[in-house]
Amino acid sequence: MVLSLVRGSMTSIHEFGWKFLISSDWNPTKGEENYGALLFIVGTLFTSILALIIALPLAFSTSLFVAEYFRDTRMASIVSTLVDLLAGIPSIIYGLWGFYILRPFIVSIGLTPQGYGIFTSGLILAIMIVPYATSLSNTTIMMVSNELKEAAYSLGATRLEVIWNVILPNARSGITASYILAFGRALGETLAVTMLIGNANIIPTGLFSTGNTMASVIANQFGEASGLQLSALIEIGLLLFVITTIINAVGKFIIKRFA
Amino acid sequence: MDKTNILLDKKRTEVIPDSFIGRNGRNRVFLGVVIFFSILTISMVFLIIGTMLFKGYHQINWAFFTQTPPNTFEAMMAKSAGNIIPGGIVNGILGSLYLVAIASLIAIPLGVLIGIYLYENSSKKYAGLIRDITDILQGVPSIVIGLIVYLWVVVNITKGYSVLAGSVALALMMLPLIIRSTEESLKMIPDSLKEAAIALGTPYYKVILRVLIPTSFTGLMTGILLAISRILGETAPLMLTTLGNPAINWNITKPVGAVPLLIWQFYNDPNMVDLIWSSSLFLMGFVLILNLLSKWIGARRKI
Repeated sequence: MVLSLVRGSMTSIHEFGWKFLISSDWNPTKGEENYGALLFIVGTLFTSILALIIALPLAFSTSLFVAEYFRDTRMASIVSTLVDLLAGIPSIIYGLWGFYILRPFIVSIGLTPQGYGIFTSGLILAIMIVPYATSLSNTTIMMVSNELKEAAYSLGATRLEVIWNVILPNARSGITASYILAFGRALGETLAVTMLIGNANIIPTGLFSTGNTMASVIANQFGEASGLQLSALIEIGLLLFVITTIINAVGKFIIKRFA
Repeated sequence: MDKTNILLDKKRTEVIPDSFIGRNGRNRVFLGVVIFFSILTISMVFLIIGTMLFKGYHQINWAFFTQTPPNTFEAMMAKSAGNIIPGGIVNGILGSLYLVAIASLIAIPLGVLIGIYLYENSSKKYAGLIRDITDILQGVPSIVIGLIVYLWVVVNITKGYSVLAGSVALALMMLPLIIRSTEESLKMIPDSLKEAAIALGTPYYKVILRVLIPTSFTGLMTGILLAISRILGETAPLMLTTLGNPAINWNITKPVGAVPLLIWQFYNDPNMVDLIWSSSLFLMGFVLILNLLSKWIGARRKI
């Protein structure tokens, strides 16, 4: 698989070399074609990191709700089923919902005039990755041994103190790994982001600026692309592949190392 | 004096309450925060499903399941006359089923076989390698899978967008899920069952076919249904491999429509907005039912 990606992007690699990674000029006009992936890389990282930051309190609270506070109750199983349903909703439906419901809402509270941009996509991405972040951290939180918790309670610790001083230090690696894996998901999400980010080929300047990501430029321009442009798009795909694989490997490594 | 609790002693109560209320208060506030964010998370499910139901239900009718979509002009005429948009998404429904069927034909036998191999040889070097590759495959973004299959199948084999290409892309996405669930559900079979069969002198292939697969059947089904529900809604890889088709098509080397692709097309066409919601409602309903069904089977399984 990697081989075929490399072969497909050969033309572009030959043409631009390392400049592909640091140039932010993306110009498909015939005759003066020039492609650089920097703006897409920055856009991708920016939206995904934002999504992770927004998803953090949501996912963490839900994990505690399911795995600690209301553990093994009917309520917990309902909540975890609903969160799993979030994972089942197709990406394109998140995109539609974001476009028709979230975007007008963001316009109406006056954050941005159009509603497109990094912030909106980050918000949708955050909702999408919550189930991935929770499922693994649920299991690690549940695996913290009862004796440790009971010891802390018997010393008079409150629940919050048990969570903070016993559960978190013990489940830290699993929780971190689950957020890293969720981050890997966010990097590769395509359509929901494509519909909301504004698809402007600029390096995003702020939280509410528009931009573009690696996955959405492939989705947007693939249909009309040929020759050098196609090759450049495939090279972006290769980059995306490499980045997500590294992120996932780091996550898996943390799980293996500390589990 | 002997009945007085030590905690009610004046001097002590002055010290204890202050710090205790502070800690207890923080404890309660934190619980409140946890519940608030959890409710916020699950309310998203209701918000999204509610929007689909509210906006999509009035387009769901007989024609929706039996006719192909109208062109822009027809949709515009119907809308300006105040009617609902005529036509439906039958090409998408059939196309999606077609794609999923071929993808399952490729991925299920292969995935189950690899799963059995991993279970039987779990400590061998190759097994570790295959496991790592499966992990990597699972992490590959769907659009990159689309790109790869484009290079493999669209360019080399079918020389154009096709059902086959789309199915291969979907099969690649199903594979890691099926391999994983097969291995996991085989691991849950007690060894005694296998040993009993072997002790009776059963040849090993029969042990696999008659003992291992039937006992782990519900587990396998859960994995397969989950995998199908995952790929049904995939759009990005299909955009790069099957393209879409406004008519019904059964030729495996030609493009075919799919529900998520149609949603994407409707989204790009301002006259079709109403059809978006009903198509999404249909797609989501289908996916969620499969999802819940697999959960239900998984919850009922006993060994």
